[in-house]
Amino acid sequence: MSTETTDAIASTEETPPAEPERASIDPHQTRRAWLLIAPTLVTLAVVIGYPVVRAIWMSFQSDETIDPQTGLFVEGGFAGLENYAHWILQQCGGQACPPGTNAASFWDTVFITLGFTVVTVAIELVLGFWFAIIMNGTFRGRGLVRAAVLIPWAIPTAVTAKLWYFIFAFDGIANSLMGTSIVWFSDKWAARAAIVISDVWKTTPFMALLILAGLQLIGQDVHEAAKVDGASAWQRFWHITLPLVKPAVVVALLFRTLDVLRIFDLPYIMTGGGAGDGNDTTTLSILVVNEIRSGFNSAAALSTLTFLLIFAVAFVFIKVLGADLSQDVKER
Amino acid sequence: MPLKRTVGAISTVLLISSVAACGGDDAGGGAENSAFEENLDSRGPITYVQGKDNSGVAQPLVDKWNAEHPDEQVTLKEQTDEADQQHDDLVRNFDAQNEDYDVVSVDVIWTAEFAAKGYLQPLEGDLAINTDGLLAPTVEQGAYGGKQYTSPYASDGGMLYYRTDLVKEPPTTWDEMMEMCSIAKKENIGCYAGQFQKYEGMTVNASEAINGAGGSIVGEDGKTPTVDSPEAAEGLGNLVEAYENGNIPKEAITYTEEEGRIKFEEGKLLFLRNWPYVYGLAATEASSKVKGKFDVAPLPGTDGVGASALGGHNVGISAYSDNKATAIDFVNFILEEEQQRFLLTKGSLAPALESLYTDEALVKEFPYLPVLLESIQNAVPRPISPFYPAVTKAIQDNAYAAMKGETDVETALSDMSDAIGSASSSQ
Repeated sequence: MSTETTDAIASTEETPPAEPERASIDPHQTRRAWLLIAPTLVTLAVVIGYPVVRAIWMSFQSDETIDPQTGLFVEGGFAGLENYAHWILQQCGGQACPPGTNAASFWDTVFITLGFTVVTVAIELVLGFWFAIIMNGTFRGRGLVRAAVLIPWAIPTAVTAKLWYFIFAFDGIANSLMGTSIVWFSDKWAARAAIVISDVWKTTPFMALLILAGLQLIGQDVHEAAKVDGASAWQRFWHITLPLVKPAVVVALLFRTLDVLRIFDLPYIMTGGGAGDGNDTTTLSILVVNEIRSGFNSAAALSTLTFLLIFAVAFVFIKVLGADLSQDVKER
Repeated sequence: MPLKRTVGAISTVLLISSVAACGGDDAGGGAENSAFEENLDSRGPITYVQGKDNSGVAQPLVDKWNAEHPDEQVTLKEQTDEADQQHDDLVRNFDAQNEDYDVVSVDVIWTAEFAAKGYLQPLEGDLAINTDGLLAPTVEQGAYGGKQYTSPYASDGGMLYYRTDLVKEPPTTWDEMMEMCSIAKKENIGCYAGQFQKYEGMTVNASEAINGAGGSIVGEDGKTPTVDSPEAAEGLGNLVEAYENGNIPKEAITYTEEEGRIKFEEGKLLFLRNWPYVYGLAATEASSKVKGKFDVAPLPGTDGVGASALGGHNVGISAYSDNKATAIDFVNFILEEEQQRFLLTKGSLAPALESLYTDEALVKEFPYLPVLLESIQNAVPRPISPFYPAVTKAIQDNAYAAMKGETDVETALSDMSDAIGSASSSQ
C-alpha cells in the first residue's frame, strides 16, 4: 500500500512535465492508476450509476394496475415507450390527459421551470457581480459586509421559504409596506414573482461569493498598469476585470442554472406548486414528487426526462461558453 | 441501506421502489398473500406504530394495556408528524415484510391502497373487530372491496363555526347562510371560509359542497366517476359564486385549517367550516377574541344538513405481524368505551363510539359533541380508491380552477370526471 502511494505521488509529480511523451507511460503505472481510482469509480457507480440506470429501466415498465376481479394490485409489465408518450404527448389511456392529471401540466411545467431559470439566474448574475465588486473593495467594515451578505445563503432553504411565505402572506409585511392587498399565492404572476424574489434573495450570495473568488485572483498590478496607460474605470472593468473573471462567472452560472432547473423546496413550501389555474408554479421536481405517489414507473420516466433536459442544458452551456473561453485564450 | 440516505431524494425513491419490486415478487402478489394465513393464533409482544403522538394519548393507552397484559406487551413506535412521511415509512416496512410493524395507524385515505397491495390483514373470522355501537360511516371507511381492513381509532367531521353575537340562529341551508352574509358586510368582516388552498383540504371542501347539494363524486363501486351531474354543478357552483361575489373573501383561497382558525379567532370571519379541534382553541386561547361568542352547527347543505367529509385515523394489522391474536385484541381494546372516552377527554379525538356523543358529562365538557355526531352520521367518505393520490388531484385541481374562475363549473366537473376516470384506469 505504502509503496503504491509513493509511486502514485511520484508518477503524478512526473507526469505534467512529461506530457508530450504520454504514449510511453509504463503499463504497470496505468494499471496502478486504475487500481487507485477503482474505489471512486465503484462508489460513483453505486451512488450515481445504479439509480440512473435503474430509473431508466423502470421508466420502460408499466405501473401496477388493479385486477378488476380481486381489486388487488398486479404488476404492470413491459410498457415500451408508453410512459414517455404519457408525458410528452400527454396521453392518458388513448386520449388527451384531462386537467387534473399530472401529465396534463407537463409542458406548462417545463416552460415554468425554464422561465424560473432564465429570470432568476439573470437577476442573480447582475446582483451577484455587483455584490462581489463591493466586497472586493477595501473599506471599513468589509469583513462585516462579507459576513452579512452570506447570511441568506446560510439559512436553510426550508426556513427561507417559510420566511418569505409569511412576508408574502395576505396580511404579511409585503402588502402592508406597499399598501397593497395582493393575494400573492393566488395570482399566477404574483406567486411567480414571490418565488423569484425569494430565490434571488437566497442564492445571490452564492453567485457573489464565486465571482468574488474570481475577482481576488486578479492582481492589483494589472489594474495599475492599465491605469498608468490611461484606461478609464469602465475600460478597466470591461477589458480587464470581465475577461479575467469570466471563468469564475461561467462556473457560477452553470451551478446556478442546474440548481434552478431542479428547484423544489422554495415553490413547494411557498405555493405547493399552486396559484393561477392551480399548477402555475409547479416545477419539474415538484411534478416528479407529485407523481411518485401515483406510480413509481411513470415518475421514473418523468425524472429521466428531467434528467435529459438538465443534461442538455448543461451540455449546451459547456459547449457554448466553453468555446468562448478557448477563443479568449487564442486571442490573448 | 445507509446508501438510501446519501443519494438524492429522487434516486432514494427509485432505490426504495426497487426494493418494493423485490418485495412484491417474494410475496407473490396481493390476492395469494400467504402471510394472511400465518400467525393468526400467536400471542406475544407487538409494536403499535403511529405518527408523532402530539396530544400525548398513545403512550398512556399503551401503558394501560401493558399493565393488564404482562405477557403481551405493546411497544409504541412514533413516526414523524408528517402524513406523507408516515405513509412512506409504512410502505417501506410493509415491503420489507417487517414483522415488528404489527398494529399500524392508517390515515383513512390510505386504506384502499394498502389493502390492494396486500399489506393489511383482512379483519375477518377470528380477527374481526367488535363493531357494536360504532358509528357506521367510520367502519365503512375501513372497508375495501367488501372486506374490512382497518378499524376506527378516532373519527373527525366538519362543522360550521358561527358567531353567536352576530347571528341568532345558525343557517340550516347554504342559501340561508349566503343571505346572512349581509351581516358580515355590515360588520366589515369576511362571511364564510373553509380550506380552499389547493391541497387535501380543497378536496374535502369541494366534496362537501358537491355531496351537500345531492351530488356525488364516485358511484357505489368507489371508482366510476359520477361527478358530472347537475347536482354536483349546483354544489361546486355555490362555492364558485360565493368566491366571485366576495362572500368568501378572496384571500381565503390560500387558507388551510390554521389560517381560517386564526381569522375566526381574530373575529374576522362570520362563518367557518373547520374540524372540532378549533372549538377548544377558540374557547380558551388567550389570543382568541371570540371566547363565548361562537358556537357550532352542522354544515349547511342545499336543503338541510350538509354532508361532511370524514377525517380521522384507523388502525390496521400488518399481514406480516407475527402475533396477530394479540394485535386484534389490542385493536378491540382501543374500541372499548373507556379508551374511546380517554382519547376524547385527553386528546380531543372524536370517538368512534356513538354512545359517548350523548354522554352527559362529556357533552358538558365538549358542548360540540351533539353537532359533531350529526355531522358524522350524515358524512360521506372521500372516494375509497387505491389510486387516491390521483383521485384527490383530479378533485382539487379542477375545483380550485373553477373557484378561481379559470374554468367554468361545467368544464371543471367534466374534466374532474375524466381525470378521476383516468386515475382509476391507471394511465
